Amino acid sequence: MTTRSDEADRLWAALGDPMRIRLLDLLLEHGEATASTLADAMPITRQGVSKHLAVLERDGLVKAHRSGREVRYAVRQKRLDQAGTALVRTAARWDARLAAIKKMAEQAAKGRERGS
Amino acid sequence: MVPDAIEREIFIDAPPSVVWSIVTGAEHLAGWFSDEAEVDLRSGGRMLLTWRQHGTYEGRVETVDPPRVFAFRWQTREGEFTETNSTLVVMTLEAEEAGTRLRVVESGFATLPWPDEARARYADENARGWLTELDELRDYVAQAVTANRDR
Repeated sequence: MTTRSDEADRLWAALGDPMRIRLLDLLLEHGEATASTLADAMPITRQGVSKHLAVLERDGLVKAHRSGREVRYAVRQKRLDQAGTALVRTAARWDARLAAIKKMAEQAAKGRERGS
Repeated sequence: MVPDAIEREIFIDAPPSVVWSIVTGAEHLAGWFSDEAEVDLRSGGRMLLTWRQHGTYEGRVETVDPPRVFAFRWQTREGEFTETNSTLVVMTLEAEEAGTRLRVVESGFATLPWPDEARARYADENARGWLTELDELRDYVAQAVTANRDR
């Protein structure tokens, strides 16, 4: 049982950051890019971009290859396919739904305390 | 690959009785799940879930065990409700300190029928699909955040 849920959790953790999602977006648009090029299109520093790319690379979502003096990054389509559209959509929706339930329940509980 | 089950959980700083009413009450379901909801809250009871953008989908209540387990099946595709075009959602509430640990498992994706045409389209449009999904995800989270702020 380690495989699927651990795998899914790791993928989800890798995808669960808006900056990393933005990076994947940019890479999907451009095919491949260097950390500097990506940083130009992002509200974070090149170091920040590199850190996020390292996470994505560790979980196999992007691959790096050296081209002369540059390191270029590209999305590993196969890995993204594995992560699965359904997984992202469903997990993200449940996270949003659970967050909404949390907000509603905590407000209701507070209201109840005040009322008593 | 279509995964067969999704598991998510969250800690809520409210007792299970309060969380239960939010999770199962039709008026609240319409706040966190669909835009409108009708629920006959008993095992076998009918659910009607309406999204303004996508239309109405049918569901069936499977388990009502307050304030611990609420389970239902709901249609993930259009058409008449059947066991094979629906997934099972099991929501479990567990008291934890002064609050509640809420877990959700949605399963049955692997058994959903995938017409060959849809499967091929899915494969072809994968990259594009991903862009759409990521956009959708951002919108969804932003919407949830805004909705909660406004509330």
